[in-house]
Amino acid sequence: MSVYLDHAATTPLRPEVLDAMQPYLTEHFGNPSSIHGTGRQARLGLDEARETVARILGAKPREIVFTSGGTEADNLAVKGAAWAASSDGRRVVTSSVEHKAVMHSCAVLERFGFEVTYLPVDRYGRVDPASVASAIRDHTTVVSVMYANNEVGTIQLIREIGAVCRQRKVLFHVDAVQAAGFLPLDVDTLQADLLSLGAHKLYGPKGVGALFVRQGTALLTQLSGGSQERQRRAGTENVAGIVGFAKALELAQDDLVARENENARLAGLRDQLIAGCTALPGVTLTGHPTERLPNNASFLVDGVEGGDLVAALDLEGIAASTGSACTTGSAEPSHVLLAMGHEPEQAHGSLRLTPGRSTTEEDVRRTIEVMGVVLERMRAGRSEQAEVASA
Amino acid sequence: MGRTVAAMSGGVDSSVAAALLARAARADDEVIGVWMRLHQDNGEGYEQSRSCCSPDAADDARRVAQIAGIPFFILNLEREFGARVIDAFADGYLDGATPNPCQACNQYIKFDELLRRGLAAYGADAVATGHYARVEDRDGRRVLLRAADADKDQTYFLWVLDQEQLRHTRFPLGELTKPHVRQIATELGLPTAAKPESQEICFVPAGDYRTLLEERRGYAGEPGPIVDADGTRVGTHTGYAHYTVGQRHGLGVALGEAVYVREVRPASNTVVIGRRDEVSSSAFTVDGRRFVAGEPPAERFTASVRIRHRAPDVPAEVTLIGEDRFAVETATPVWAPAPGQAAVLYDGDVCLGGGRIARSPA
Repeated sequence: MSVYLDHAATTPLRPEVLDAMQPYLTEHFGNPSSIHGTGRQARLGLDEARETVARILGAKPREIVFTSGGTEADNLAVKGAAWAASSDGRRVVTSSVEHKAVMHSCAVLERFGFEVTYLPVDRYGRVDPASVASAIRDHTTVVSVMYANNEVGTIQLIREIGAVCRQRKVLFHVDAVQAAGFLPLDVDTLQADLLSLGAHKLYGPKGVGALFVRQGTALLTQLSGGSQERQRRAGTENVAGIVGFAKALELAQDDLVARENENARLAGLRDQLIAGCTALPGVTLTGHPTERLPNNASFLVDGVEGGDLVAALDLEGIAASTGSACTTGSAEPSHVLLAMGHEPEQAHGSLRLTPGRSTTEEDVRRTIEVMGVVLERMRAGRSEQAEVASA
Repeated sequence: MGRTVAAMSGGVDSSVAAALLARAARADDEVIGVWMRLHQDNGEGYEQSRSCCSPDAADDARRVAQIAGIPFFILNLEREFGARVIDAFADGYLDGATPNPCQACNQYIKFDELLRRGLAAYGADAVATGHYARVEDRDGRRVLLRAADADKDQTYFLWVLDQEQLRHTRFPLGELTKPHVRQIATELGLPTAAKPESQEICFVPAGDYRTLLEERRGYAGEPGPIVDADGTRVGTHTGYAHYTVGQRHGLGVALGEAVYVREVRPASNTVVIGRRDEVSSSAFTVDGRRFVAGEPPAERFTASVRIRHRAPDVPAEVTLIGEDRFAVETATPVWAPAPGQAAVLYDGDVCLGGGRIARSPA
């Protein structure tokens, strides 16, 4: 029996989503740009999906640009908006805990002469809205801050930051990839001009996402070609994926009561994980104690490599994560944990457990039990190591 | 068998070792493939690199693990490898010695760090590698034996292993020949089947360690004298650490006959050369001695000694000195015993242990 506690990395497809996609993978295979009936059939699916997504965001359908996922949406938002506004200024403000899709987009802008300010965060990973206000100067055009952090789950004060940006008349991009499915996404409440979403974090398919682009926001396209997506993103639309994405978003966001119930259930599991794990020696919580995603329990584990711990848990049938994709064995500790003030040496011991729809209390109990056994074994190995070293 | 960590470099040998273990696994057995990240790939160079630590190598190892149906993890041992192997390699040269990085990697990385982490993190009870060597149980003791394929035998790099390490070590290729290993790889459809042999030191891709000395230790090399056995200056070198005992090429000295580096003297930045017969020796001292059995066979014993990988063994008389050293007297002169290189002792197929050749007391 395996336990999957890595829903922040990706989620399984909901059966309803697969059902919605199925016809567009088979009979409705047409190209939505085609004139004929087969094309029109595909176009119907695409248009309906766009309306669904727009409705959930409180946006107009024309303000939705479908992309290949959250990363592309972030790239299009940050680079696209910064370039389009570059005649007004070349200053961008972001935080030091953003996803790499935003971080590395900013790094590319820097190579082209843009000045990027990386705002500090407190020990919980939070950006102070006042620091956004003071970072906005003449010629600042874009501010990009994530809704909730993918590694430690901390939720930012997005409305407050949005208000600052609105008042100072700079564009505000919100990376909502990790928050979607849990938090309200109304773009007017958030005062967002750009907002990124990805489908596979909310039980939709991989390879599809969207960027909300407030009407009137200029954007330099990052994928040139045909006139799809109002010339903001060329390429034949991934119709089946888009239909699945809209279905998944609808299932996650539409029924407020259902969402709050599931959030409460997940938060209960999360809190059990936090209580159980932090009761083990040398395990501390990372991220905000309360203002965090309902499914994110993240930790620093003293004296072990996060990668070793995740491998050890995997061998006992528990799928976890170090918090950031570290599949190449990179020696670099998480930039998020470093920005939160953790020492590099500690930051190597990161662990993220993210329950989801299928997670049960039994899964959580088993995980805590296995954690105890595995940590004890790993620490025993370490003290042996210390003995050898001192011998 | 329990749970075994198979160290996978992405080469054909460790691929087949892992695949054979997986194939032999019974119901309760588990094989876990691990690729160790040991050093940074230097950007543009790695496309051509045939060494074991390029990302291509990790991809190959992953594919082999998939085909063998075993879990696969990457273990980052850059820090440990950097300190215990790369820095030690540079320091060896700066010390006028010829370092032995493959042995250091076995001693400190594969059969120490990996073994301990495998045991602790993965709950494994053994580490398996693609080395050509054999381990047998004889009267409750582990015995390290040369590989069945004498040509591929790698015990020269494994003599440092002790009883505890050997109890947790498996060499699935010990009874096989290299052609047989390649044949198995082909039969199993492993993508590494036709991969060329890696000969170079994995962290010195172009075989030029001078850059590494400069990068790791700031040693750029200062020109100094090349002298003959009488102390007569016969040339100029680029820096003593660029030379190793037995080296013939790159001396820039024309004396009408072949000359070789006989000794490297760091203190005076001097390289001493000699004729072929002057570089050979039949008596040398070894320090840092270790015996596989945990203790020496006797205070004084006969053994065959090997002083370089794939060099022929020579019968020798071995006499222990103090707690840490032994003297070797060979029946016939051996070619250029190089300080820092291992002198490994054998009794027939049994690897007894060895030590590092010490600087001659000049």
